[in-house]
Amino acid sequence: MFDLTPEEWTAVQLSLRIALTATVVSLPLGIAVAWLLARKDFWGKALLDGVVHLPLVLPPVVTGYLLLIWFGRRAPIGSFLENTFGIVFSFRWTGAALACGVMAFPLLVRAIRLSFEAIDRRLEDAASTLGANRFWTFVTVTLPLALPGVIAGMVLCFAKALGEFGATITFVSNIPGETQTISAAIYTFTQVPGGDAAALRLVIVAVVISLIALIASEWFARRASLRYHGD
Amino acid sequence: MTPKSGNGISDQIMRQPGMLAVDVEKRLGEVLIDVKFETAGGATALFGPSGAGKTSIVNMIAGLVRPDRGRIMLDDEVLFDSAARIDLPPHRRRLGYVFQEGRLFPHLSVQQNLDYGRWIGGLAPDAAEHARIVELLDIGALLKRRPGHLSGGERQRVAIGRALLTKPRLLLLDEPLASLDRARKLEILPYLARLRDEAKVPMIYVSHQAGEILRLASQVVRIEDGRVLAVGGLELLDAEPAH
Repeated sequence: MFDLTPEEWTAVQLSLRIALTATVVSLPLGIAVAWLLARKDFWGKALLDGVVHLPLVLPPVVTGYLLLIWFGRRAPIGSFLENTFGIVFSFRWTGAALACGVMAFPLLVRAIRLSFEAIDRRLEDAASTLGANRFWTFVTVTLPLALPGVIAGMVLCFAKALGEFGATITFVSNIPGETQTISAAIYTFTQVPGGDAAALRLVIVAVVISLIALIASEWFARRASLRYHGD
Repeated sequence: MTPKSGNGISDQIMRQPGMLAVDVEKRLGEVLIDVKFETAGGATALFGPSGAGKTSIVNMIAGLVRPDRGRIMLDDEVLFDSAARIDLPPHRRRLGYVFQEGRLFPHLSVQQNLDYGRWIGGLAPDAAEHARIVELLDIGALLKRRPGHLSGGERQRVAIGRALLTKPRLLLLDEPLASLDRARKLEILPYLARLRDEAKVPMIYVSHQAGEILRLASQVVRIEDGRVLAVGGLELLDAEPAH
């Protein structure tokens, strides 16, 4: 019973690739935004905070539609990116990764921001008296101490990206082999007669991948926390 | 007892490296810190009751707190001068700072904590100096441990070693014994005395305990309510607070 058809297998691989890409690419930006929100006071901070969290409260279809009118091939940002860097989003797996990244971004930022805020800033002062400038203090003290939060954020981001449906299907549609993720494939299978078995197989795959991600993140976070706090 | 005032230390004691000239003002909420004093190098104590502003003064010397106005000089170098718009960041002041709570990096081993300053400064390893300080503070057995597994006294010894290994021009010690019980204090004091006598590191020792200062310092700057009451020798320790 548990032989995935090539079509299902493609959807699984595509989902993993999209979710991984979304997570890895948004990580540096997520760390930067989390740091800004946790540590800096600047004009427009509330606005930035709001924009970052918007995908969490907007209907996913709205987010997908906004992406479509900004990042489509004839849209302002989309055509600029295509002409300048040759990056195309619309109806490609890269577009799915963009949609997943945008949808998961608030979760990523939130987890990392909380861990930045929990850090004892006096340790950063100590680093500066030992000769570390702000950049090296961040790299050698702040970031390692925030690591459990960063890992938690990455897992949340990955899980959210893996399950994203509404924004993705609105922005890049549901093209087998290109933009059809596990979620989209399950949806498709439930819409056709006799698709139940295939849908169920993909459901099991989704549950297993999510569980593995959660257990792995728990393990990493526990290890990091053990290292830092001793006994 | 003759209460002394003014900055007459330099006449009494021969000048040594690590001379500090502080003249700063800083408002922190309700409290105004307005201090002016000079040290003659060697071991100087900032002495006064809790809440007198001693830690804030040390933080200004270290560059962690920015004075509202004034000037801080170490030997011939200006660390801060509001009029000349000079404010050397902490990482370029080359001072060592031992905090009340140690502040060891919890994600690094004792060895890595000790090496941090040298590593971040891109300096070549100095095995002899390392061995000397490890021996002086008796922390050789702790090198592989993590700060979470150390006792309070061990932690402070490592913190002192970490600050010393950056080869500071001046060592700032802010109540390094305050968080320790009596037995731990007695454990650390001899190491600090050795530091002064053998390593000859100029230091500013902050404390509200006359006993500690008596063993470690030769000059005293008496601080109360954010002001300098007197600058002088150890006789200031038992002078009545003047008002």
